[in-house]
Amino acid sequence: MVVLWGSNARETHPIFFHHVLRAVRAGARLVVVDPRRTATAEFADLWLPIDVGADIPLAHAIAHEIIAAGLVHEEFVARATTGYAEFAAQVADWSPERAEAVTGVPADLVRAAAHAYATAPKAQLCWTLGITEHRSGVDNVLALCNLALLCGHVGRWGSGLSPLRGQNNVQGGGDMGALPNRLPGFQAVTDPEARTRVEAVWGHPVPPEDGRNLTEMFAAMETGDLRAVYVLGENPAQSEADVTRARRLLGDLEHLVVQDLYLTRTAELADVVLPATAAWCEADGTVTNSERRVQRVRAAVRPPQGARDDLAILTAVAERLGTPIGPPDPETMWDELRRVSPLHAGMSWVRIEALGGIQWPCPSETGLEPSFLHGRLWADDPAERGRPAPFSVVEWVPPADPLAADFPIRLTTGRRLDSYNTGVQTRRFSSPLRFGETVDLSPADADALGVAPGEVVRVVSRRGAVEAPVRIDPGLRAGLAFMTLHFGDDVDTNRLTIEAVDPKSGTAEFKATAVRIERIPAPVGAPDAPPAR
Amino acid sequence: MTDGAGNPAPAPGATVTVTVDGRTVEVPDGATVLDACTAAGVDTPTLCFGDTITARNVCRICVVDVAGSRALVPSCSRRAEPGMEIGTDTPRVRHARRMVLELLASSVDLSLTDHVEEWSIRYGADPDRFGPDAATVAQPVKVDNDCFVRDYSRCILCYQCTDACGEQWQHTFAIAIAGRGFGATVSTEHDVTLPDSACVYCGNCIEVCPTDALMFRTEFDLRTMGAWAPERQTRTDTICAFCGVGCTLTLHVQRGATDDEGDRIVKVTSPHGSSVTGGNLCIKGRFGAGHVHS
Amino acid sequence: MSDVRPTLVGVPVGLPVTRPRRDALLPALHEAHDAAGWLAPEVLDAIADRLGLGRAEVFGVASSYASFAFTPRSRRLRRVCTDVMCTAAGAVPPGADEPGVVASPCLGRCEQAPAVLDTEGGRAVVPVAPAPVPQPVSARTLLRRVGVVDPASLDDYRAHGGCAALAHAGRIGPAAVRAAITASGLTGRGGAAFPAGRKWEAVAAASGAPKYVVANADESEPGTFKDRVVLEHDPFAVVEAMTVAGYAVGAEVGYLYVRDEYPEAIARLEHAIAAAETAGLLGPDVAGLGVAFRIEVRRGAGAYVCGEETALFASIEGFRGEPRTKPPYPVDAGLFGRPTLVHNVETLANVLRILDPDGAAPETKLFSVSGAVDRPGCYEVPMGTTLAALLDLAGGVPVGRRLQAVLLGGAAGTFVPPGEIDVPLTVEATRAIGATVGSGAVFVCDDTTDLAAAVLGIATFFREESCGQCVPCRVGTVRQEEALHRLVHGRPLGSVAEEVQRLRDVGAAMRDASICGLGQFAWNAVEGAIDRFGVFGERS
Repeated sequence: MVVLWGSNARETHPIFFHHVLRAVRAGARLVVVDPRRTATAEFADLWLPIDVGADIPLAHAIAHEIIAAGLVHEEFVARATTGYAEFAAQVADWSPERAEAVTGVPADLVRAAAHAYATAPKAQLCWTLGITEHRSGVDNVLALCNLALLCGHVGRWGSGLSPLRGQNNVQGGGDMGALPNRLPGFQAVTDPEARTRVEAVWGHPVPPEDGRNLTEMFAAMETGDLRAVYVLGENPAQSEADVTRARRLLGDLEHLVVQDLYLTRTAELADVVLPATAAWCEADGTVTNSERRVQRVRAAVRPPQGARDDLAILTAVAERLGTPIGPPDPETMWDELRRVSPLHAGMSWVRIEALGGIQWPCPSETGLEPSFLHGRLWADDPAERGRPAPFSVVEWVPPADPLAADFPIRLTTGRRLDSYNTGVQTRRFSSPLRFGETVDLSPADADALGVAPGEVVRVVSRRGAVEAPVRIDPGLRAGLAFMTLHFGDDVDTNRLTIEAVDPKSGTAEFKATAVRIERIPAPVGAPDAPPAR
Repeated sequence: MTDGAGNPAPAPGATVTVTVDGRTVEVPDGATVLDACTAAGVDTPTLCFGDTITARNVCRICVVDVAGSRALVPSCSRRAEPGMEIGTDTPRVRHARRMVLELLASSVDLSLTDHVEEWSIRYGADPDRFGPDAATVAQPVKVDNDCFVRDYSRCILCYQCTDACGEQWQHTFAIAIAGRGFGATVSTEHDVTLPDSACVYCGNCIEVCPTDALMFRTEFDLRTMGAWAPERQTRTDTICAFCGVGCTLTLHVQRGATDDEGDRIVKVTSPHGSSVTGGNLCIKGRFGAGHVHS
Repeated sequence: MSDVRPTLVGVPVGLPVTRPRRDALLPALHEAHDAAGWLAPEVLDAIADRLGLGRAEVFGVASSYASFAFTPRSRRLRRVCTDVMCTAAGAVPPGADEPGVVASPCLGRCEQAPAVLDTEGGRAVVPVAPAPVPQPVSARTLLRRVGVVDPASLDDYRAHGGCAALAHAGRIGPAAVRAAITASGLTGRGGAAFPAGRKWEAVAAASGAPKYVVANADESEPGTFKDRVVLEHDPFAVVEAMTVAGYAVGAEVGYLYVRDEYPEAIARLEHAIAAAETAGLLGPDVAGLGVAFRIEVRRGAGAYVCGEETALFASIEGFRGEPRTKPPYPVDAGLFGRPTLVHNVETLANVLRILDPDGAAPETKLFSVSGAVDRPGCYEVPMGTTLAALLDLAGGVPVGRRLQAVLLGGAAGTFVPPGEIDVPLTVEATRAIGATVGSGAVFVCDDTTDLAAAVLGIATFFREESCGQCVPCRVGTVRQEEALHRLVHGRPLGSVAEEVQRLRDVGAAMRDASICGLGQFAWNAVEGAIDRFGVFGERS
């Protein structure tokens, strides 16, 4: 069984979805939780049409039903988890009927999904940004983890929890320590043992406290604590929620360095632009995919004149700063990582090549670990089992941007099949599927507003307004609208979104904006529309 | 449990012993007759057989003689059975292979199909013997989008593209076999253009096409201009950057004819053995690489 | 293996999804075609969307059938049979200036050659002709009710011995029924002559459910109409025989696949099934035996290849009628990939003979006799009757004419010269003279018949009916027709000998390397005409 929660994998992870389809063809059930009846939902046995931001109540109600129906994997819960009693007490209040009132998901469907998940011999629960791009993003994830623990759907082949990463190296970036609270190998900055290990290799002390995440950086720009920023391969002037504010803050910096392939909106604000190469085809190195597989990228194309690869730029900058960090050689860098990160110790460059990628953990150069994590939780020996997995008591926090009479429509955002993020790369190829930015409305709302497909309307949120043509999507329920962030140059969707941030992850609530749709009156003096024939 | 062809699941670890042209070979249970021929060191021609699609055995060039079987047997899809006596070079086999080559080459443009010349010599095929008026499937190339073109005068109806588009991989069902007999063709509904069809431009049909009937627009344009230069092309495996799945891309790069002329990604494929892709990609991976040239 | 495809078209928000039944496609196409007379693109697309199938797939399936029109056409149609037998009898293909008149593959009315069939919305317009069975009732076993009972009356059927076999089967139990079939030595009458009992035992022994019984009533071999006689005039017998088979092998569902050219048979079978359901002979508890069985009629759509059992399965399942490679055989993986017992109508009729509680009558064989005889029609003769005796029964060639050849086994059969008509009509004896009983089609050619034209007609038939799946048949049937066309018109490419050699080369490849019998036998009649009759001046 596969659960896709807040994921339109058919369009956003098409090749992952091939694997799902193969499982479905072999008899696996597919449950899709999504506010929209997406292309993914169309392949599902069950589609749970959830109201945006109601993930925690839905997860709690599913847990409630699993417990009420006696479907808890009691042996696993008793041996391998903690906090069950508190968790059970909390979800006891969340009957499917109560949840229906706030999630919009019919109680019968909640029950059906609960039974299907709890009784499946194996179940994989996957999510994407529909879960994480909320101000309760981390708690949303924990609520899903609770379900897996409840049913023992973790730590076995074919059963587990999997965030589907949106970019080819989100996982790798974090693994390499490109997080404010992590060292390479996903080791905590606050862990003295890890710090010692890293310091021994680097020959420098590592500050023992967490750094700032992106949101905190913007907050620090606001207060003036952060005055210089070095941006690599990001386009926050277009990708941030509430971009008006983001652009103001970036523009007010004393010094902004941007390293990118293109002169992006962010680069336009920079004092210094460092032209980089396309890491995936003009440079050598590694990336790590959603299944923690470290894979080799290779230079296939000679870069344009003047562009240098990220490693060359970074080592050169370090050199200028008086702190050489080694030669700009990817394999040397990689070997350094292997010395500081036990997860990667066994992955020699040669081995990664030979095996076509290796999943971490890979502590040893001989042998491979199982492809799934947390298998230890099933061990008979308590010592081997180790620290039990905790249930989390998480409270529902509704979206920060409430619906109201003047903002009655819930706008959610996501990707389309042929485009990627702010479109910096994908708009440069001619896609027969592309039709530009639209505001997708349900047939019912389009009817009520009296708007026709293609008609340009104004979409207004509490923060700003954009104009976009209407597209009618029968997969949308009344009250739900959809836009992408792909065409920011034409339609700046992020003028609408809210900078309401998850305090734990720093991710903004891109998925839940309250808007209204306004028809645009014909300008005064403009010729009238042609009369109907 | 059965496989796609309805055969029972093989017993793991078990083997089957057969003879190929009198030589005894042992192959794993579940292996095909083609596998057995390969194991015996016999080179078997195949056209419609692809390594990522369940064998359809429609081209019939891989047929072999199996003792006890009245008709010849398609080696690509028949399971090797204990004691099978397989003949790969009998007069009947040679004749059938020769005729398949003659029938196809007299009706379809095989000029871009690998091995045809070599096999035609091996089996003595003379496709011209049916005369200048022999019916063919010649027709104009379908050029209706910037991603890829469809030249059905090169189509041998191997069914791989429809299977890849359909339930073996993509589940898009944008193309199917339409019509019947000699008039059968791969088609969208009512032969509408791809932009009017359900096509999502994953290009997984191009990946499996054995005759280059389906071709990247880049390749088609370069060939048309006379600028297609395989001798200046390299292939490099890397990882797609457009999501977190980590699909291996094989970038086919054509070096510029001069130092001033830049490199160009002319085609993108994926290794069929990749555990992530199985040879498949989506529109972004297959066709979205152009940004590095802009 | 389930069918995986988008399914939510038209499904209300949030409800669990019922996956589409792809096998609803062919009936849906017929319904739309009957209503409008043709299939408009938007109608096809709407069917695809409703069933959750790809639009290209639906177009692909629909366009593989000759019955469907894709440009506007009248609901009222006159189908003119242009097959070998009717052409020999003077049938002329309709011209383009005759709206509502279309050429048709063999209508299975060869005894009326040249045959026409008038339909409106797929239903026959004129009432069914009397059964073309010239023999007296006393000489018949399988046909003993034909022309005797009212085919619409279950009571009449019962009054003439109907339902006795089912009752007998219920008394002796499934294992004994299978044993009786095996002991009888019954072999399949579709042409392959495979022992029926082995199929019954294999399906019964196959594990799992569901299992299926399929009646192949896609009697498409040109010159063959014996099954039509049974279907039209003794429909309850087919229903009863399928029910016995289902009971004996443990199948709860039967499919009765009838060709589109038999609209009266379809109507009468549908009536018989409904009557049997009402009487409790079909349904959740068949005749009080405690087993369930139901029958669905499926209407073909003008594809000869669907008479091949695996193509027939594909057609029922909603795919293009394309044969599948064997093995696996239907008893292991047949309809919907499940164990399936498939028999043609005549074989099923024999089941009732074998299970007659009064003891099995001696074995007989049905033949469809057409062409140059005085009394064309359907004949039932004891097994082993000679071709000469059968021709005598049919009155022999008309006075003043001379027998030139007998096309035995239809288009897939072969021409038998006058000197060999003493051959007993058994599988073994005909094989010994290089011929085949095949479907039991007996087309008699006298000295006025143009054999070369008939051979070219056969080649055209195979070219038109090739499904297009495998190369030897798809291209080979074209090359065969091209060469014959040149020969018949006296314009050989090179010498006649070269042309004949070309035919031999193509024919051998079709026979050896085609997927199914269509391609494998597409060269049979041509080869015989060349070798035994020297139609092109060459005799081997």
